[in-house]
Amino acid sequence: MIGQLTIPFRLLVACIYLFLLAPILIVLPLSFSNDSYITFPPESWGLRWYAAMFSHAGFAQALWISFVIAITVTVLGLAAGVPAAFAIRRRKFIGREFLLNLFTAPLLLPSIVLGLAILLVFVQARLLGTYTGLIIAHLIITTPYVIRIMLTAFSTIPPSVEDAATMLGASPFTVVRRITLPLMMPGFIASAALSFLLSFDEVVISLFITGPRLRTLPVEIFDYVESQTDPMTAAVSVVLVVATLLIIFLIERTLGLSKTIGK
Amino acid sequence: MAAITSSVPLADAPQTRRKFPFLLIALLLPMAIINFIAFVLPVVRLGMISFIESRSGGVLTNNYTLENYVSFFTDSFSFELVANSLTLGFGVTLITLCCAYPIALFLHRVSPKWRNMLFVITVSPLLVSSVVRTYGWMVILGDQGVVNGILMSSGIIDSPLRLTNNTLGVFIGMVEVLIPYMALSLIAGFGRLENVYEEAAASLGANRWTRFRRVILPLTAPGIALGCLLCFVLSISSFITPKLLGGGRVFLLATEIYDQAVIQLEWPTAAAISVIVLIIFGLALAVYSRVVKRFD
Repeated sequence: MIGQLTIPFRLLVACIYLFLLAPILIVLPLSFSNDSYITFPPESWGLRWYAAMFSHAGFAQALWISFVIAITVTVLGLAAGVPAAFAIRRRKFIGREFLLNLFTAPLLLPSIVLGLAILLVFVQARLLGTYTGLIIAHLIITTPYVIRIMLTAFSTIPPSVEDAATMLGASPFTVVRRITLPLMMPGFIASAALSFLLSFDEVVISLFITGPRLRTLPVEIFDYVESQTDPMTAAVSVVLVVATLLIIFLIERTLGLSKTIGK
Repeated sequence: MAAITSSVPLADAPQTRRKFPFLLIALLLPMAIINFIAFVLPVVRLGMISFIESRSGGVLTNNYTLENYVSFFTDSFSFELVANSLTLGFGVTLITLCCAYPIALFLHRVSPKWRNMLFVITVSPLLVSSVVRTYGWMVILGDQGVVNGILMSSGIIDSPLRLTNNTLGVFIGMVEVLIPYMALSLIAGFGRLENVYEEAAASLGANRWTRFRRVILPLTAPGIALGCLLCFVLSISSFITPKLLGGGRVFLLATEIYDQAVIQLEWPTAAAISVIVLIIFGLALAVYSRVVKRFD
């Protein structure tokens, strides 16, 4: 009796799920519309807007820019965040707690406020509309997640395993290469994937600091949606969703693989 | 030979402890630099600029003044902005809670086989850009969208319902964007809920509604508080969904910050509004910590 899932309750939950997924599901059929504006159901079907998307200079360029920035941000974010997380977890020093709070504080700031604040500094430093500026701004969004994930990853590695390897005669380098790195690989991959997705999807802060020549894909889509109402955005959205699913699938496979190797 | 001789001081290094922690600083320095350039410096500068006398066209003077705050608090439009933002914040939080609570309860009670799959479906919208999801709502709610298309072709209405470019559209879009956050917070707080408590209440004669009100609700209250804080804070500062679904006709603090900063180039005004948003954040956090204390 207790804790049973009644039929009306199941129906209610199904309706909420439909509401939750509706905006994502609706873009798929719309992207195959051949109409000049949004009508549903479309009057004619075809690949017109996919073709338009690939010949649209703005989207193609923005896709490439977003990709380059996301890759750079992922690499630099790991290079800065992993050592910091290691130091905070494994070393004892004054101000550990303070540094951890400082490094993860950008998570708490609303991105509209952070975007304006970064704009105000970058306008003086002449970093508006530059790769450097966008990469630094994205790093401040991704590194708090990298540090949080890596802190958890480091705390799940018992130091006794490393000590055992050292006692058996492994050099510090060998310990890192053969023990520490393989054990923290899942955390490493999770951080990298999340960094890439966060940077690739970031829109609010990018809106403040992109220039007319250097626009990321989400900014390009935002501007397009604001000014045009045709199904091209649906085609772009489908490509984005499929790319995201692909990345998650790849991670699932590699994470699964690294686990089997670990055994 | 060289390799052997150079390996000797390396092996000795751990014993001769250096006074100055070079390694520690090397590990922390890159992160500290990023944090300083893109967080500490900007936040300090935002605070300073909010007190600078504003000139048109993005020119910053060296004169400090309270003018930006005074003009905010004496302008009736800013009260409208605050009222709109707070209404949106409270309203969206309440509706999101009503939508996410059944999901969380369902996930808590469903068999583990289904739970994992449904959990992934619940959080997966977080991985889809909010621009894409908002565009989806424009397709569904627009004048020639799905809802109006169905209603008009079935003859229920003659002219399209106004579902976008107004507050209603922003509400619908915001609730959908925030459901995963609320559901995650609720699920985190559902651990304390066990069937035994409900069975005990039922055996003592409590009916379905009493059990929900006196057993389930109090046990899940910490999760509710966390989810409400998160949703309130996110909806106050949200910008993409109100901008696109509001069609420039819904005026909020967040949209005003963007308009003042990027379109009007009135940076001191935008900075002052940002500081006011941060103060509202602080208040929400204070209320939350007082509420949470009562649970312990």
